Amino acid sequence: MAFTLYSLIQAAILCVNAVAVLHEERFLSKIGWGVDQSVGGFGDEPGVKVQMMNLVRSVRTVMRVPLIAVNAVCIVLLLLFG
Amino acid sequence: MDLPHQGYRATKPRARAAPPTADSVLFDDTSSAAPAMNSQGYYTPGYNMAGPSNDMQGGAGPNNLFADPMANAAMMYGSSLANQGKDIVNKEISRFMSINKLKYFFAVDTRYVMKKLMILMFPYTHQDWEVRYHRDTPLTPRQDVNAPDLYIPTMAFITYILLAGMALGIQKRFSPEVLGLCASTALVWVIIEVLVMLLSLYLLTVHSDLSTFDLIAYSGYKYVGMIFTVLCGLLFGSDGYYVGLAWSSCALMFFIVRSLKMKIIPSLSTDTMGTGSSTKPQFRLYITVVTAVFQPIIIYWLTSHLVR
Repeated sequence: MAFTLYSLIQAAILCVNAVAVLHEERFLSKIGWGVDQSVGGFGDEPGVKVQMMNLVRSVRTVMRVPLIAVNAVCIVLLLLFG
Repeated sequence: MDLPHQGYRATKPRARAAPPTADSVLFDDTSSAAPAMNSQGYYTPGYNMAGPSNDMQGGAGPNNLFADPMANAAMMYGSSLANQGKDIVNKEISRFMSINKLKYFFAVDTRYVMKKLMILMFPYTHQDWEVRYHRDTPLTPRQDVNAPDLYIPTMAFITYILLAGMALGIQKRFSPEVLGLCASTALVWVIIEVLVMLLSLYLLTVHSDLSTFDLIAYSGYKYVGMIFTVLCGLLFGSDGYYVGLAWSSCALMFFIVRSLKMKIIPSLSTDTMGTGSSTKPQFRLYITVVTAVFQPIIIYWLTSHLVR
């Protein structure tokens, strides 16, 4: 397995894309990962599932707009250089 | 007049032979600018008589620097440009990571490096693994041998790349692209490992004081083991490779478990409150053990193709 830095960047872009396309009301609420189901548990008692939901929600909020630019750049590079 | 001609001839040897370290001495001594004009009359016959074989460049050069205002102005302009560039670079870099935190990791000295390498290769006799603090700030690596540093991982990484190039050359499989490929593969594996560790520490809400640079440091210590393994493989053949791999794997696993245990798993005195750490202590132990077990796997993966 010979990695280049570019393949790492591609893998990262694919993973972040996968997290960003998870729809809030069509999918996440159906499986119990919606934003309204993570409240509760005061004190230091977050648990793994709540942390994951927070992570998914924050990635989606933060990376929506930059991902548009990064994906566009990646597509152009792939078209030009294969 | 032969004065411009002499000025031109004096410029060329000066550009070739001016030592950079003596420039500061030259620039401080502005009092010799006036007598330089007088002494030029003395040096002119010297230059003309020396002819094309300009041996005396060092003696006449420094004084003539002041006589040439263009070179003087150019030097000052260049140094002010360089200072401006340095300020801009510092400002941009300090937006992403704090330079002071990075400087802490490179404050090492020879004694620390020797002791740390000994501990990495033979950690079984080291008694005290606590990182010592001084009024809430961790001590620099110069004063505390348990503190992580980034100097050893960086140097070990570069040495590993060079060693990989040499090992591939011995097998007649060397080309410059392979070197770059080897370097980026090793770097990518370190980045992946650091990201996985950060993710697992975040998900399990482990409140430790391990910063990103600490994790990079602890991940980078495996390069020392890799170098030792590859050297054993090159010197003693395939059997030596496996012996070296076993030795450095055990030493590195022991080192990682003992070092991270202090940081990730909380001490017993703070764990006695009721709902203290909701993440059960076994998860923290799992993280430590999985990190330790990952080291021999990656050492084997990255070095086996070098020693056939």
